[in-house]
Amino acid sequence: MPEYLVRLVQMHESFRKAELEALAELAGAEIEFVRYDEDSPFCIVRLPSDAAAKAVISRSILSQGIHELWGQGSDYDSLHASVREKSSHLWQKYHDVSFRFTLDCYRGTRELSENRRIIESFSYLDFQGPIRMREAEAEFRVFEDYQFNASTPHTLFLGRFVASSGRLAKTTYDLKKRHYISTTSMDAELALVTANIALAAPGKLFYDPFMGTGGFPIASAHFGAVVCGSDIDGRSIRGTGGSSRKGQVGKRDVAGNFKQYGTQGRYLGGFVSDLTNTPLRLHGIEGGYLDGIISDPPYGIREGLKVLGSREKLGDVERATHRDRFKEPTYIPPKRPYSFIAMLDDILDFAVKTLVVGGRLSIWMPTANDEDIELMIPTNPYLEIVSVCVQPFNKWSRRLLTYKRLRDEDVPPEAIERKRKEYESGVRADDLNVFRRKYFEGFKEYVELKREAQGSVEQQSGKPDVGDDTVQ
Amino acid sequence: MKLLTLNFLTCAIKTCKGSPASFPLHPRDSELEIIETDINLPFLKNILPRLTWDAVRTISTELGLPELPATAPTREDLVEPSSTSEDDAEEVPTQVAKDLHRLLLETCVKEGKLVCGCCEHEYQVKEGVANFLLPGHLV
Ligand SMILES: [Zn+2]
Repeated sequence: MPEYLVRLVQMHESFRKAELEALAELAGAEIEFVRYDEDSPFCIVRLPSDAAAKAVISRSILSQGIHELWGQGSDYDSLHASVREKSSHLWQKYHDVSFRFTLDCYRGTRELSENRRIIESFSYLDFQGPIRMREAEAEFRVFEDYQFNASTPHTLFLGRFVASSGRLAKTTYDLKKRHYISTTSMDAELALVTANIALAAPGKLFYDPFMGTGGFPIASAHFGAVVCGSDIDGRSIRGTGGSSRKGQVGKRDVAGNFKQYGTQGRYLGGFVSDLTNTPLRLHGIEGGYLDGIISDPPYGIREGLKVLGSREKLGDVERATHRDRFKEPTYIPPKRPYSFIAMLDDILDFAVKTLVVGGRLSIWMPTANDEDIELMIPTNPYLEIVSVCVQPFNKWSRRLLTYKRLRDEDVPPEAIERKRKEYESGVRADDLNVFRRKYFEGFKEYVELKREAQGSVEQQSGKPDVGDDTVQ
Repeated sequence: MKLLTLNFLTCAIKTCKGSPASFPLHPRDSELEIIETDINLPFLKNILPRLTWDAVRTISTELGLPELPATAPTREDLVEPSSTSEDDAEEVPTQVAKDLHRLLLETCVKEGKLVCGCCEHEYQVKEGVANFLLPGHLV
């Protein structure tokens, strides 16, 4: 298989490989990583063909593009030697077509005169076609990788451009331009990456049980999936809860967001419900019906995670009061606090009952930067962990856990037995409150944490994307 | 709320979940709305085996919509035979596919109730959003 150079963005590093692997799976293409380094935006992979390379990268959010690799080296002498050795059989193909050369310096810059000198040093390729700055039939790019503050690059590549990424969607779906959001909406970039990692695609059905203002369903619909969602807070779906946007007038709701992006045809609808009393079918559809579940469940502390029910078991009189009053428009169903661990277990259990074989569950989860806790990954014998991606902050991080639904017959019987015993012995659910307390030690309220996350994203988007200094 | 959603919804009350009478929920006093969208053939083909056809027929009848055939169409019934292709984009939908699209993905419940056939609990639908939160005595 030919080698390709993927020009990644140098942010959300731990999500990049998971995204590429997911997109290769979607494209039905075998991908092999030849060179991947968290500290570098240059990644080399093997893929079957240009068509496969294009299929993989055209949806990618965390890359800029993909190039057929023509050579690499630690300086220009070794790069030229590598190009002669690696790609001379390809030169003839581009002998007469229109072409152009560009330079992409990561953490470095070049004067225009140096730029020209570098490009001219490739004249041995002997391309005779016209040079075109726009719509050239072949585009070649020299990549330079510098250490921070270094005057010369330490690694060089030459690539022939094959395809651009889907990163533009990050701008299209920017929360700053979205009509209806809330303070806890996840930024568009990570919502889109999540949808990629969960394999959202045309023909599929996706669901978010904690949809809020619809960020994940909107991202999944962007990639062609039909989506639905629910939330225990009906105001977030109907939109009467308002938006965090200043000076906003008129009704804004989740349906309106889909209209804004022209994907309302893929929005089945949102409904008000609680995962512990879900109206979704848990039996009766052989083989499941959801292709993907994406969610960022609410993990509050002070405000607390709530589900339907009462703190104390209701007495006969109270039950009668509820029975008499529940049809009144002002009736508010009682809610009770719920353990965060129990909720994770419930989500996994729900996923097992509703996902199709191979369907994915992608859930976000906050983690204190404490070694004991960092390694904790909720498990279920019917779900296999596919990837763990981490977005670090100062005192905490949040992780995206992605699971794949296994075939029943591939689940080891002893794993099922172990889980059953854990339930019976009460290791799970509410008894893990000690764990929960430790989990949240040193945590501020989750909403505040999310604000911090949004703030850091805004800071990041304030500076230009690395690699935009490409010169002609 | 597009009608397809009703294929996946049942009563939220745990004791009803095992009972066959709790599915499908029965639409009552419904105000329907047609929201036209482009036909999505790859989705229809994928979702077809996940439909509980008898339930889809029941819902359609109860809403006074045209009667559906007694047996579910097959994937082949959705694509014009002459257009069958590796590339989804080139396939042409049949009338069966168009009718199914109209029913499941263009017909929406705007207002009304969804009623459980087992416990008769009514779930309200307002502005297209159904509310499945249970009152205190039913949790
Ligand atoms: Zn019921």
